[in-house]
Amino acid sequence: MIARLALAASLALATAAVAAPRPAPVDQAAVLEGMPRSLSDYGFFLGGPDHPAETLIPYALRNPLFSDYAEKHRFIHLPDGARLTVGPDGRVDFPVGTALIKSFGYDGEGGTLDVIETRVLLRREDGWLALPYVWNQDHSDAALKVAGTRIPVAFTDPSGEAHRISYAVPNKNQCKQCHSRNGVIAPIGPVWQEMVFPREGDRERVAERTSFPPNTLSPSARWDDPDAPIAARAGSYLRANCAHCHSREGAASNSGLYYDEALGPYAVSGWRKRPVAAGRASGGFEYVVDPGKPSQSILIHRMKSVDPGIAMPEIGRATVHKEGVAVVEEWIGTETGR
Amino acid sequence: MHKSLFAAAALTALVAATPALAETHRVSPGEGAQERLQEALILAEPGDEVLLDAGRYALTDGLSLDVDGVTVRGAGPAATILDFSTQQAAGEGLLVTSDDVTLRDFAVENPKGDGIKSKDADNIVYYRIRVTWTGGPAATNGAYGIYPVESTGVLVDASEVSGASDAGIYVGQSSKITVRNSVASENVAGIEIENSRDAIVEGNFVTRNTGGILVFDLPNLPVMGGGNVLIRNNLVIANDTDNFAPEGNIVASVRRGTGVMVMANENVWLQDNVLTDNATAEVMVIAYPLSFDDPDYNPYPRDVVVATNTLGEGSDNPDIEGGEMLAAAFGGKLPPILWDGLSEGGDRTALMVHPDYAGWTLNLQRQGQRLEEAQPGPLDAPAYGQGWNIDDWGAPAELEARLK
Repeated sequence: MIARLALAASLALATAAVAAPRPAPVDQAAVLEGMPRSLSDYGFFLGGPDHPAETLIPYALRNPLFSDYAEKHRFIHLPDGARLTVGPDGRVDFPVGTALIKSFGYDGEGGTLDVIETRVLLRREDGWLALPYVWNQDHSDAALKVAGTRIPVAFTDPSGEAHRISYAVPNKNQCKQCHSRNGVIAPIGPVWQEMVFPREGDRERVAERTSFPPNTLSPSARWDDPDAPIAARAGSYLRANCAHCHSREGAASNSGLYYDEALGPYAVSGWRKRPVAAGRASGGFEYVVDPGKPSQSILIHRMKSVDPGIAMPEIGRATVHKEGVAVVEEWIGTETGR
Repeated sequence: MHKSLFAAAALTALVAATPALAETHRVSPGEGAQERLQEALILAEPGDEVLLDAGRYALTDGLSLDVDGVTVRGAGPAATILDFSTQQAAGEGLLVTSDDVTLRDFAVENPKGDGIKSKDADNIVYYRIRVTWTGGPAATNGAYGIYPVESTGVLVDASEVSGASDAGIYVGQSSKITVRNSVASENVAGIEIENSRDAIVEGNFVTRNTGGILVFDLPNLPVMGGGNVLIRNNLVIANDTDNFAPEGNIVASVRRGTGVMVMANENVWLQDNVLTDNATAEVMVIAYPLSFDDPDYNPYPRDVVVATNTLGEGSDNPDIEGGEMLAAAFGGKLPPILWDGLSEGGDRTALMVHPDYAGWTLNLQRQGQRLEEAQPGPLDAPAYGQGWNIDDWGAPAELEARLK
């Protein structure tokens, strides 16, 4: 449901962009230098978050990261003459001058997205830089907030439950906490087989500029596809939501719990793995994943909590993702020891 | 042309690396402290100092530092207080992920998760840092107070932690560590060295925790094989707080009244400590007791040495099933040193003890065996030989230079 909405909204956006006045080119200098104080300095949007420059390539992900039920609009800005490389795992290597742009918001009236913030990842000579921008009330521009901020937000989730939360815009360091591999900032979403291009022809246009690995890249199961095997859905969900920290190169490398690796009866999946540094977040349970017993698994306990000393992930979540928890619960419940 | 360009580039590189341009970023408490302080931590450049004026900072989110070579300095652990009572997110009060950082002269109170965590942050100094859960021991308190992990070069000095529901000062998966002159009280574990090597724990006052000083190695972690730990000149006294850790944590199984506990580690040397009034055991040496599935893990203690220490009047009210009967069997009071009887075997001795000290053993026969099957008896541990060369243990000398 959510995924479909996002797609429809992206398509609407793309149409709107075509109707908009001829865009000024993106300011490549802003992509490459300094920390611009205003989002308008880049020229990514023409007077508001609903009007992306037509050179931006909208995309979505088969399995997006959950962020308090926020809708996200993702765009790629490529520099002139860009050549891309897709690695053996599907990870896309972008050239210097690339910007990855992601707007966060909640559904407003008439199917539009009420955008709160836009985060940009800029590929510079010395690596990636992550910066958060918060839109002003009339959506005329967004201001850099290196230290992040909190904004009260009310919304209704897909089950109809109403929420009032203190929405957290991450600070620059928190961007890196998730977007980090071996301590260096890196994009996490753009994995070729996971990317969906809603605008006609974009996939082909990007592919023309891209070198691909010789092996076949097969897309993962959608976490919310009821026809896919439950272990595959849970694996996709955990990879999308946990693996950016829980990998051998990520911020949670010390945990010994890795969700970028095959999910199954292994200690690295949490399978009968005892907690190490969980503290009170263990909830009194013995194992991260107790096969057959989701209600006694620390993984579920932490996914269901919003207490900062317990909740996983540690940042970017003030609500429980009921639908996501249900998928992981079902997986643990159907596993009966081996 | 080419040549002069090169020279200019080299000059720029030189200037960038020179700390002479270091700046001070001064932050005071009050309105907007969260954003101002976090912004200072983000905008600081290598070599800069973030100076925290005295006062109480009401913080709503975790803070983080990701710039190498920064000093964060308060006006003293009683004067500059980072108050996380209303924290809404983040797993710790302050997170440090950069190298060569000095944290000094401030306090963290009531974080929801850990107090200060430094991960993959080499050569870090914690000096005159206080982390306190002000409501005293409670299972709802955060886990660790001072928490360096996956780092090489850690110096914790003149610091103080109380109320942690796991460990007050916890160093994990690290090496070249010194923890000294610090106070750990009313935590489940006072000071814990876990899956780490080349550590010196000295001159600390460790009291009223459930267990005083713990040296552990645990399975299924990227860094295993803990060892080379010197524990000397510590006061480990009356660790008598009932265990308040949430169940499931490994420290939840620590018995009230444990002085120093060594589990699954090699080359641990205890010397010149005062260990007294720890009601279960002044010193406990055991194998990892739980089941595990990790071929790289060694669950046994190897070469643990209890050299000359002051072993006092503890072991008189052990937190062990049937403890009273046991104590009666030993003449009213248990000997101060407890071993579970398990060793790796071969020529690797689990435990060596100064001949003056009495101990007892559970005489367990295999790893993971239940305590009910113990056949307690007097300990007959071999004496130790010469001391070891510990030149490479402890925090690097350059960390000392920052304590001015």
